[in-house]
Amino acid sequence: MNVATKSSFVLGRRHLLGIEGLSYDEITGLLDLAEEFVELNRQIEKKRTSLRGRTLINLFFEASTRTQSSFEIAGKRLGADVMNMAVSTSSVKKGETLLDTAMTLNAMHPDLLVVRHYASGAVALLANKVDCAVVNAGDGAHEHPTQALLDALTIRRNKGRIEGLCVAICGDILHSRVARSNILLLNTMGARVRVVAPSTLLPPGIERMGVEVARDMREGLAGADIVMMLRLQRERMNGSFVPSVQEYFHYYGLDQAKLRYAKPDALVMHPGPMNRGVEIDSAVADGAQSLIREQVEMGVAVRMAVLEALSRSLPNA
Amino acid sequence: MHGDPRPILLANARIIDPSRDLDMHGDLLISDGIVRDAEPGIRASGVPEETEIIDCAGRVVAPGLIDMRAFVGEPGAEHRETLASASQAAAAGGVTTIVCQPETSPVIDDPAIVDFVLRRARDTAIVHVHPMAALTKGLKGQELAEIGLLKAAGAVAFTDGAKSVANAQVMRRALTYARDFDALVVHHTEDPNLVGDGVMNEGEFSARLGLAGIPKAAETIMLERDMRLVSMAGGRYHAASITCGESLDVLARAKDAGLAVTAAASINHLTLNEMDVGAYRTFCKVTPPLRAEEDRQRLVEALASGLLDVIMSDHNPQDVETKRRPFAEAEPGAVGLETMLVAALRLVHGQHVTLTTLFKAMSTRPAELLDIPGGTLKPGARADVIVVDLDMPWVLDPAELKSKCKNTPFDEARLQGRVVRTIVAGRTVYEYV
Repeated sequence: MNVATKSSFVLGRRHLLGIEGLSYDEITGLLDLAEEFVELNRQIEKKRTSLRGRTLINLFFEASTRTQSSFEIAGKRLGADVMNMAVSTSSVKKGETLLDTAMTLNAMHPDLLVVRHYASGAVALLANKVDCAVVNAGDGAHEHPTQALLDALTIRRNKGRIEGLCVAICGDILHSRVARSNILLLNTMGARVRVVAPSTLLPPGIERMGVEVARDMREGLAGADIVMMLRLQRERMNGSFVPSVQEYFHYYGLDQAKLRYAKPDALVMHPGPMNRGVEIDSAVADGAQSLIREQVEMGVAVRMAVLEALSRSLPNA
Repeated sequence: MHGDPRPILLANARIIDPSRDLDMHGDLLISDGIVRDAEPGIRASGVPEETEIIDCAGRVVAPGLIDMRAFVGEPGAEHRETLASASQAAAAGGVTTIVCQPETSPVIDDPAIVDFVLRRARDTAIVHVHPMAALTKGLKGQELAEIGLLKAAGAVAFTDGAKSVANAQVMRRALTYARDFDALVVHHTEDPNLVGDGVMNEGEFSARLGLAGIPKAAETIMLERDMRLVSMAGGRYHAASITCGESLDVLARAKDAGLAVTAAASINHLTLNEMDVGAYRTFCKVTPPLRAEEDRQRLVEALASGLLDVIMSDHNPQDVETKRRPFAEAEPGAVGLETMLVAALRLVHGQHVTLTTLFKAMSTRPAELLDIPGGTLKPGARADVIVVDLDMPWVLDPAELKSKCKNTPFDEARLQGRVVRTIVAGRTVYEYV
């Protein structure tokens, strides 16, 4: 299937470093393009040639399974040569700095660089030093734009729209790049965003980002169309930010009882990987209202759309 | 406890109810465990037939005391004090509600232990008992305790007892987290590094005695730090035991700034000073240490003005073996449940504070801060009531104390005034005969 996509959307920028700065039309353009790839991905012949000859490097300074494989599949289906570099196991340990690594890779003339880094702002720093297009696959607690886009696509396909929906984002807002990208995107698209967490997991000043703040699930989930759960890292569960798994699940874990505070047709999302029994109960994660598996499918389509849209403004495209 | 007690009429009494600013002569009727009325002339309007009529002969009738800080050895140190023995001591001292501290073994940092304490109290204690739970796991000052679940189990506030949370980040998170549950954080304000090896107030007397001193700054630095954390995190904060004028200045500024902060002082710090340590009297070794006379006077003034919210006993039973040691090696702590009120009456007899102020600080304010019943004689309130003879002279004989431990700084003190009857939920649990 080497016909061109119906959408000729071009992302008029070299990098995708965050949702911040993307307009309503740009987000809509990416989502429309992604819709076409959803269809493509469900066919037997999934291969296209739009990135043929291009080199895509996955540069992950932080371990990841699903995001990295999602970008890898996306690149391969578009015909690019994909190389994975797990930096945590190589040169960083030998003392090479981020920018040295970037310069080394730059010398290999990649066309697209997909980067995840544990430090907020590191991907943008790297993007300044290389000649290729850079996609942020998550930087610290700052942004994870393709996650927000795949969440938006999942919501749009299930609710028919994003505008006017009430979305409750619950859990470790403080450390979450997923939360920040989603808050930006959902606000741009006209949704009503609420964050729900104990105060220790809310960054002070979060209300200035255009969200309502709730500190208990009953209040936070009231009237919600979408309940988006976030992962709580293990090292934050035992007394540093919340007292214990038991208490966290009791007050903030999404189970059937708490889900009933939301609208009857509310849908449940989670960026994964889930901690079952910590932030989400298995019955909900695997239940009829869960979109969690669909999010993974949308992830590949959205990343294909991002790579395709960026490649259209690469030199010699 | 079994069977409904007979109704009681406390007749011919001076009735003091700080919750209504009431100080009047009259009769108080109690039935079914509830205060029915506190107006003059009930007797004329008739009382139930079987009513026990007690002529108070002008003695004071007031709400039972609520002691916000009592260390009880149960579980783990029953040889020092059990909930039963503490409650006997409390009843004799006019305390109808004890708030016990989490410094037990195991520490009260698990909802199951809150439950244990409440059940043991129900089965063995003759006054009401409410536990405070640990603010941090194991009182170690590092990891948050399960504040939500502990509160749901019945903990009335959160504290690390006589330990301070040295790590400001932990304290900030604890205040932040507690706010979500509207939980009261109670903190012992002493910087552990400044306390160091100190054993008494730092100053001339510690120099003369050759004892390592604890500077007042150990307290004010921690309190000032906490005020700044409260202004960031919000929430309700209570300084467990302040001892000096500088701390009152810090407290006043915080209250003026609108922070939800309150403070208590122990009866020891309101009635004794560092001179009482005298010749190394270990019964006067308490934590924080007794301060200078000027500090004691500032505390009394602050009590009178309302700046200081609460008086507590700081009841801390220590057996003879841990007290009969060189001063520096002796355990700190003094029993206080039985002597808190009579010692405080010294301040009334000296005309430094009014009776209403005293009962407000020992009953009404604690009930408000902890959101528990008590502290009032309003009709319909639970009948936790005491009758006090303001003038009876006596000498304290430690052997007569109900507490298992006799480590009182008022050993053989001449006292004026005595609790003559203590009524808990309508039932007389103590009577002086």
